[in-house]
Amino acid sequence: MTATTTDTTAGKTGQDSAKAGAVPSFTVTLKIARFNPETDTEAHWETYQVTSHATDRVLDALHQIKWDQDGSLSFRRSCAHGVCGSDAMRINGKNRLACKTLIKDVNPDKPITVEPIKGLPVEKDLIVDMEPFFDAYREVMPFLITNGNEPTRERIQSQADRDRFDDTTKCILCAACTTSCPVFWNDGQYFGPAAIVNAHRFIFDTRDEGGAQRLEILNDKEGVWRCRTTFNCTDACPRGIQVTQAIQEVKRALLTSRF
Amino acid sequence: MSATTETNYHAGPDAVSAKKSRYRRVSKGRGNFELWSWVFMRASGILLLVLIFGHLFVNLMLGEGIHGIDFAFVAGKWSSPFWQTWDMLMLWLAELHGFNGVRTIINDYTEKDRTRWILKGLLVASALLVMVLGTLVIFTFDPCLDPSSTLSVCAR
Repeated sequence: MTATTTDTTAGKTGQDSAKAGAVPSFTVTLKIARFNPETDTEAHWETYQVTSHATDRVLDALHQIKWDQDGSLSFRRSCAHGVCGSDAMRINGKNRLACKTLIKDVNPDKPITVEPIKGLPVEKDLIVDMEPFFDAYREVMPFLITNGNEPTRERIQSQADRDRFDDTTKCILCAACTTSCPVFWNDGQYFGPAAIVNAHRFIFDTRDEGGAQRLEILNDKEGVWRCRTTFNCTDACPRGIQVTQAIQEVKRALLTSRF
Repeated sequence: MSATTETNYHAGPDAVSAKKSRYRRVSKGRGNFELWSWVFMRASGILLLVLIFGHLFVNLMLGEGIHGIDFAFVAGKWSSPFWQTWDMLMLWLAELHGFNGVRTIINDYTEKDRTRWILKGLLVASALLVMVLGTLVIFTFDPCLDPSSTLSVCAR
């Protein structure tokens, strides 16, 4: 801080700082879908201008708006570091975590659109009701199911067996995948990629014995067979999970259990 | 501020609770139907590749090719049980494959159960019509339908 004040004559804002290592700043326009259930019948767009740095994320811009311009703007965020999965939203038409998306990466020359994730009921502004999403998640029984006596020590597993489902353990339940799925958008009855990913995590776990039950649940008419392999989910996943591949692996497990 | 935190989000017309809205998960459709329809789609697709390209090759490439196709050519083909079976398989598989595809599209795009049932009803009716009519034509086909036919099989 002291360095900035004593260093140059001009450099209060980043704009004219030619200082080495200085982070360039720019003005960016955000177009945010607003919806207040107490007064509005449908969502409308509102435009805000913020000054951002090249290191800022969309979440920082949202904070700036909420803290300095319009306190009524509502959105979820907890950890703000891409782990809790609270701030999934549709940024420039693509589902992303606001805390993992740098403004400079989403073309700040044009207004950046921010909407709530699609296919779930909007409660206010960028906040959606996640209950239908978690209902589907709960239905696949995302917990260890075993038979017989508990071992006195830990349940041993080889590294290769652990690696089998490593990818699907990364899920943070942000709903970016499920709400990017066109089949889910239609009527929300499809289990959705996230529930299938979390079932996959246990189906392919050698320590778990509830695989057959979970496969039976996903054999539902709204289960894995509704997947059209459009890969929206894989594109949307902020954790880089190969979601579509996981769904196909569940399909294959269902087929091989029949033939 | 307390107003914002205690917002009753059931108030707005768009913000119905998920428990009451169409987002509520209702499905309990168990059974293997979707699995078999998925398998059928792949299997019939592969079979259709063979059947259709075989059909095109025999009709358009062999012999006189496309210039050889006339009433007599079709009559000749359908006098053989082999081509009757071939064409019937092609008809049934193509119709069911298409039926299943459109059924999937209806499931994916209709939002109301009523629309879904109406569209599916129309689809089933049209598929049945095509299959019954087509099968009837293949097996009851009479090459001597025309009394003045000059075909050799019709010689009295």
